[in-house]
Amino acid sequence: MIENIDLIQSALPFLLRGTVVTIQLTFWSLLLGVVVGLPLAFAQVYGNKVVTFFTAIYERIARSIPLLVILLLINYALPMLGFRIPVFRAAVLGIGLRSSAYQSQIYRGAIQSVSGSQLKAAMSLGMNKLTAFTHIIAPQAIRIAIPPVTNESAIVLKDTSLAFTIGVVELVRQGDYFIATSNEPMVIYLTVAAIYFVLTTTINLALSLFEKKYKIPGIGIEGGHSDAY
Amino acid sequence: MPTKHLLKIEDLHHSFGEDEVLKGISLALNKGETKVIVGPSGTGKSTILNNIIRLVPPVSGKIYLEDVEITSTKKINQIRQQIGFVFQDFGLFNHLTAKGNVMIGLTKVKKMDKKEAEKIAMEELERVGIGGFADSYPSQLSGGQKQRVGIARALAMKPKLILFDEPTSSLDPELTGEVLTVMRNLAQEGMTMLIVTHEMGFARTVADELIFMEGGHIIEQGPPEKLFKNPEHKRTREFLFKLTDLYGEGEE
Repeated sequence: MIENIDLIQSALPFLLRGTVVTIQLTFWSLLLGVVVGLPLAFAQVYGNKVVTFFTAIYERIARSIPLLVILLLINYALPMLGFRIPVFRAAVLGIGLRSSAYQSQIYRGAIQSVSGSQLKAAMSLGMNKLTAFTHIIAPQAIRIAIPPVTNESAIVLKDTSLAFTIGVVELVRQGDYFIATSNEPMVIYLTVAAIYFVLTTTINLALSLFEKKYKIPGIGIEGGHSDAY
Repeated sequence: MPTKHLLKIEDLHHSFGEDEVLKGISLALNKGETKVIVGPSGTGKSTILNNIIRLVPPVSGKIYLEDVEITSTKKINQIRQQIGFVFQDFGLFNHLTAKGNVMIGLTKVKKMDKKEAEKIAMEELERVGIGGFADSYPSQLSGGQKQRVGIARALAMKPKLILFDEPTSSLDPELTGEVLTVMRNLAQEGMTMLIVTHEMGFARTVADELIFMEGGHIIEQGPPEKLFKNPEHKRTREFLFKLTDLYGEGEE
């Protein structure tokens, strides 16, 4: 027991360095997911047939290929086409683009779930479409999207561990390095797992606090929270 | 073409794809009048109302609000501010309280000061008898209360007329009664209203004129007592009598 605590103590500085990279990967991937996912959602809801067709194909592809394969393709196939990008960026690109497909579905669903009759009512008052979107649709859609976005954030956080396979030195790889010298895989992987647990729980907690703070009766799933998705 | 009417509809046509639902509707409303459109489902009654404020732009025909031709105006949002609309499914904004629902048109469309908007909102909510629910969200209100918020929201904009699209069709009889009472009061106060409804008792007692529609045409229009007692068309008689048989003559 004592040895294990000593072991964890000596591993922790390395693991925390990896944790920082994991958090950075998560942050940038989620951000890329929002930046690409939101326009995709708008394209799906408000775009013409051609636009919706292409966004649908993008989503289908992004959601049909395993993330590991996406990462390997970006890391090994892109350089053959003349694009050489650092592994960290390659990981963000792969994880972020895949997340954008899921996020766009979340946003699209949230926008569409604010019923058409509310939009009609807004128009009937003389609102233009932009005002109706910012004051009627968006405030509701954001609230509806929080639980699934929380869920997606936790998924992205966990999926950043796959970046390990293309050489990003994140949490899992730091653990691996330490195992190579200490030869204590179980203790180290358990510590790594505990760190992921703390991180995902923090995300869930933070967003559910946000959700509660801005809760309005009748909007979103009553009593629902991120795990219900 | 200037008109002395508040609202005038000339030869209105509308189609959904191949299906022509309005085949030349003409009608007019003077200030302070209440006209009620009745008729079987699917005869285009609601389409007329949607055509008027161009939520559904009409295929052809002309509609005037006083001197302004709504059908061709570029400033449709200004017209919409002057014509209230009450929806069958309420169309309340779920993220806003009853008061917020009534205020938002004033603050975001009319750019009114918040304090002033709040004062008007409270007055209108009191007017429809739900001042006590000002801070409730739509999900916390009954159907009848929701619809009264919808009416208050329309009233707050100080419209020249209000269009009612089957305002009680999704309410049970008790809640229907409370909404109809509000509408009856409005009629007595001199509000100009064009109402699509299946409430025959209400139509009979409140309407200045009853308009019977079927198959995209106006079959007959005139004072309700005449249409109920001595209609010129057989079809009017059949329809109105069937309904009075079903629902009884008065509604309360």
